[in-house]
Amino acid sequence: MEKMLEVNIQKKLKEFDLNVDFELKKGCLGILGPSGCGKSMTLKSIAGIENPDNGVVNLITDKENIYFDSDKKINLKPQKRNVGYLFQNYALFPNMTVEENVASGLSKNYDEKIVSEMIKRFRLEGLEKRYPRQLSGGQQQRVALARILAYGPDVLLLDEPFSAMDTFLKEQLRLELVNLLKDFDGFSILVTHDRDEVFQFCDELLILDKGKIIAKGNTHEIFENPKKVQVARLTGCKNISKIEIIDENHVKSLDWGITLKVSEKISQNITHIGIRAHNFSPAKKEEINVIDTENSTKFEKPFEWEVTLTNGLWWKCDKQIHEHEFVIPKYLKIDPKDIILLEE
Amino acid sequence: MDWSPIIISMKTASVSILITFFLGLIVAWGIIKIKSDTTKIVLDGIFTLPIVLPPTVVGFFLLYIFGVRGPIGKFFIDFFTVKIAFSWSATVIAAVVMSFPLMYRSARGAFEQVDSNLLDAGRTLGMSEWKIFWKVLFANALPGIISGGILAYARGLGEFGATAMIAGNIAGQTRTLPMAVYSEVAAGNMGDAFNYVIFIVIISFIAIFIMDFVSIRKEKQWK
Repeated sequence: MEKMLEVNIQKKLKEFDLNVDFELKKGCLGILGPSGCGKSMTLKSIAGIENPDNGVVNLITDKENIYFDSDKKINLKPQKRNVGYLFQNYALFPNMTVEENVASGLSKNYDEKIVSEMIKRFRLEGLEKRYPRQLSGGQQQRVALARILAYGPDVLLLDEPFSAMDTFLKEQLRLELVNLLKDFDGFSILVTHDRDEVFQFCDELLILDKGKIIAKGNTHEIFENPKKVQVARLTGCKNISKIEIIDENHVKSLDWGITLKVSEKISQNITHIGIRAHNFSPAKKEEINVIDTENSTKFEKPFEWEVTLTNGLWWKCDKQIHEHEFVIPKYLKIDPKDIILLEE
Repeated sequence: MDWSPIIISMKTASVSILITFFLGLIVAWGIIKIKSDTTKIVLDGIFTLPIVLPPTVVGFFLLYIFGVRGPIGKFFIDFFTVKIAFSWSATVIAAVVMSFPLMYRSARGAFEQVDSNLLDAGRTLGMSEWKIFWKVLFANALPGIISGGILAYARGLGEFGATAMIAGNIAGQTRTLPMAVYSEVAAGNMGDAFNYVIFIVIISFIAIFIMDFVSIRKEKQWK
């Protein structure tokens, strides 16, 4: 049988109805969305911590494990599902030492070797007798991962694993987690509101907004062609404007007050366009899609200049750390193929 | 000096704290699992009532239930030929009912302070609900539970009003320390009353000291 995780769940929530369905055949799926969009609820439903109203959660490994099926009235307890859940705050047991935490998911007569292997693998040697409060954030995350992997789950659920960390630690731990997921022979799902994380970790991506899937598919394709306004915004597109269609290759931006040529044929359901902040380049006045940069303001960052034009457009231009002078070119242009056509 | 009130009180307080402690834990665990807010509020009200009602009113209800004509009292007489009211067991019942709200409320508060993610983490790690209760919920709520236990023990030791109603003041049987203090003062024996008072103060203080010491040490260990 082909390995697969099949999820199709509906749940009525206070603010909206959650309706998520996807199939994961290998590797890591990213679920991206603003906070309170139903991401965590989806993970909790897979783990069995929350119960959906309707639907199916089905894991096919070498056999079929039905975790949840509302029609067949099956609802396995979280204890019976072979799922590892990494909580946002790691949820380490404060009353147990590192060693005890790692062993807490093992059966009564557990093999000491598993614990010592995990301690070694997650570089926790010497910390065995410490309590979670005596550990740094990074160490706590490693204990939580060691505890989950000692349990040997088929599915790894990661709930905003880096949200509570400073930038420096985040980058280091991301690297560790990438390596861990590479070795992990099972399914994993990463829930986050950080587009860099899903881009780095996940081949497959799901974008949620108010409980509904607004994009689903290959991560690179979604980032390159977001198709919808909200998706463009969530994948980090800085410039989005409402438009009026002039003819099949030209649009008028209502927010920026300029007319632009696009490379694709515009269909009638296109309501917005998006331009990524990096997709501008210096130009001469007579070229196509040229914008006057008069009176724009610039901000210096370590490795880029951020320029805001008077009509509200953002331009990000790479620079070296030691450069501090920057003359904004008089004109900027946008390649017609870099203009993303979007639907509301 | 008559030592029987001291022995009776120690027996009553010890047995009643055992019952109150576990009953309080179980009820608190049950209450926090209830999803409906109305049910929660109604049950919480009932379980907290003994704290706010005058002890004599609680005693009145107890007498109504456990008295010779009361439903439970009659049942015990008919089937076991045991009379509950005005026996030593009545002092335990009075102490349990009066100290229960303190134990229950402290345990509930302590349980609610424990991060619910810890319980869910336990579940996804395959721990049984029993193990989660003791090793996660109880263990992490321990300092709060211990202080609840202290209060409940002290309250049980000092119980007077409800005890007077349902157990009476029978020397050598139901005369607990607070009863003895009252009786000695009423009879004008201030010296004997003073001895009993000293005794209550010392026991209460030692109990609080021991339990506080344990809970502070536990908290320090994790930090």
